[in-house]
Amino acid sequence: MRLSLRILPSMIILISSISMLRSSGAIEAAKHILDPFLSLLGIPSETILLMLIRPFSGSAALAAGAELIHEYGPDSLIGRTTAVMLGSTETTFYVISVYFGASGIKKTRYAIPAALVGDLAGFLAASWSVRVFM
Amino acid sequence: MIMSLFWCACAIISTLSALYHGTSSQMAASLAEGASSGVTITLAIAGPLSLWTGINRLAEKMGLMNCISKLLKKPMTVLFPSSAKDQNLANALSGNFCANLMGIGNAATPMGIQAIKRLKSSKYPTIATNEMCRFVVMNTASVQLIPTTVSALRAAEGCATPFDILPCVWISSLLSLCAGLTAAYIGGKVWKDS
Repeated sequence: MRLSLRILPSMIILISSISMLRSSGAIEAAKHILDPFLSLLGIPSETILLMLIRPFSGSAALAAGAELIHEYGPDSLIGRTTAVMLGSTETTFYVISVYFGASGIKKTRYAIPAALVGDLAGFLAASWSVRVFM
Repeated sequence: MIMSLFWCACAIISTLSALYHGTSSQMAASLAEGASSGVTITLAIAGPLSLWTGINRLAEKMGLMNCISKLLKKPMTVLFPSSAKDQNLANALSGNFCANLMGIGNAATPMGIQAIKRLKSSKYPTIATNEMCRFVVMNTASVQLIPTTVSALRAAEGCATPFDILPCVWISSLLSLCAGLTAAYIGGKVWKDS
């Protein structure tokens, strides 16, 4: 309960900003540009904002996902893909900054690229598994 | 800081896009609508989220985590050879993984910090060792048995079966973990301690 109240202010501003992006046509425009490439990979292009923001901010990703599920319905292809994407990835840069910060590491070597590869694989796997199993 | 950047970026991009597409009035309206959506969505997920967090805590108290830790001992020593000699490290590693499995991030983080401090190399204290990179990649891959937050979201939107995506989530989490670990393995070969 306390967790939910704590995220309330951020959720308000995040969902407002995503709502704004959607209604101003910015997301549609991005979709048109990226659609051919994303559909080749089997990823629904509506999830582009979620994929881009996921490694950077958990709350923003939650808001983006909530907005997508609200817009397209929880049982649609997009709704399910969004849910699986959210459930199988983590806020990469936050985790990296917490763990490497706490241990005083300055040179992270290949940790960031490897973690991002994991995220990308998660997004691809989410899109495919929903198509195949649902 | 990320929030402020995100908000500024959204505001600027939306305004420019609205001016270009001529959708200024819709944009202004959706700003207010989005704000109230934020409240309703958060309140809607509060219930299921509290329920599932409680159930996970209960399972933790019932010793489920100890069970899983025992099963993880062998794989842990393969992935993290240092844990074979250091019992505290082994406990912290399996504790962190189990807490993540159960979805209790608040418990996972302190144990994770303990583990990573023990993985530090005394010769090069500011460089991430291969094991540290592997550990961080495992944490960013997020393998959860029950994705509570997402299911709460779906239930809030009226989904009758919020957990029917479970197999897909497991498959995606595992594939993401494997891909990340493979990338970490290749990185370890290619990117030597600089």
